Amino acid sequence: MRSLLNFLVRIHFLLLFILIEVFSISLLINNNNFHNARFVNFTRQFAGKFYLKTTKLKQYLSLVDENQRLVEENTRLLNIIESSYKSDEIFFRSVNDTIFNQRYRYTSARIINNSINKKHNFLTLNKGSEQGLKSEMAVVSDGSIVGVVKGVSENYATVISLLNLDMRISSKIKKNGYFGSLNWNGEDYQTATLYEIPLHAKIQVGDTIVTSGFSSIFPEGILIGYIVGFEEKGGSFYEIEVRLSTDFKSLDNVNVIGNLLQNEVVELETQALRND
Amino acid sequence: MIKLFPRYLGSFILLVFVQVFILNNIQFSGYINPYIYVMFILVLPFETPNWLLLIFAFILGLTVDLFSSTVGMHSSATVFMAFLRPYVLKVISPRDGYESETLPQLRYYGISWFIRYSTILIVAHHLILFYIEVFRFSDFFATFVRVILSSIFTIILVLISQYFYRKDTKR
Repeated sequence: MRSLLNFLVRIHFLLLFILIEVFSISLLINNNNFHNARFVNFTRQFAGKFYLKTTKLKQYLSLVDENQRLVEENTRLLNIIESSYKSDEIFFRSVNDTIFNQRYRYTSARIINNSINKKHNFLTLNKGSEQGLKSEMAVVSDGSIVGVVKGVSENYATVISLLNLDMRISSKIKKNGYFGSLNWNGEDYQTATLYEIPLHAKIQVGDTIVTSGFSSIFPEGILIGYIVGFEEKGGSFYEIEVRLSTDFKSLDNVNVIGNLLQNEVVELETQALRND
Repeated sequence: MIKLFPRYLGSFILLVFVQVFILNNIQFSGYINPYIYVMFILVLPFETPNWLLLIFAFILGLTVDLFSSTVGMHSSATVFMAFLRPYVLKVISPRDGYESETLPQLRYYGISWFIRYSTILIVAHHLILFYIEVFRFSDFFATFVRVILSSIFTIILVLISQYFYRKDTKR
């Protein structure tokens, strides 16, 4: 205590100086508008910079919490978005037939697995028998052909892609109705070949190829692609190169078309065959 | 010590009067503004206690402030100058120290000592004063020029008035 007092006595000059100086400057700042404004401005700037620094530090220190929060939010949002609800909704779209109320039923689905680089490509959809999918249903994307449902489980379905050597689609040239069979050539995922178009059919590059509707699977008029080239093969038929309108590389959402009258057609046809 | 009091009171009043009513109204070319009132601190006796020095300086500065409506500006500069005074006196003391019964004035220690002494303190005072006045460092050199020019004028005025002192305080 005594040494402290001694110390204070020793530096009383400095202390008094600081005291008086601080007092004068506070007088200065409190009594002069200009100095007051400058001072407030300066302290505000200084405080602003300081706060910025501390905020940055705080943000850095709370990164773990922040990340945790973001992860939780992501999980919550992922749970909300439609794709994580595997099958709680089935979208129906009616196509009015002139004779019957409804012939085709559309169900939306998403592709969860897809391949284009094999000889026998398959797709997997996120809907299955629970959502009304059956085998032998047509799969289209944005009005152009994708494939045919091959097998279904409760919640998933496999689809034979058009890019499959076993796949043959009954198709026709839109402008004149000549029909043939379309088959992928196994090489380029963008081109397929249309066979059995007779030589007397008038065709030219750019003509549209659509499904014929002769199979019980595809409705008539689903877009397949456009003619990019043709040549005579075997004397009586064209072999037509078709550029597919579906981009199999970027497929995502598809519609599955169920033919409500498929059984009836098939039954009738088999009956006719049997009677032959 | 006590007998000096009326004389210092007189010089205090005179200096403040001259400063406030004459020199504050003079501004040569916007740069030069002498502040002669600091001479009061310069010529206080050696024996003045340091704390009293600070208090005198504060009162002097505040008085000038009150007359020129710049409360705190002159007082802080003058207090700073008074704070420096003991150290400056120590640094520039003559070889055999200060004699008793003398004052830090031109007639006792000669012109070269007095110029050194007053220059250091006046420049210190003016530095603080002018920088507090503009209250920023952005116009550093313009302010610095003002400090130097005004200091020169203040020193000249202080020297001239020292000769006046000499005349009328002859013992």
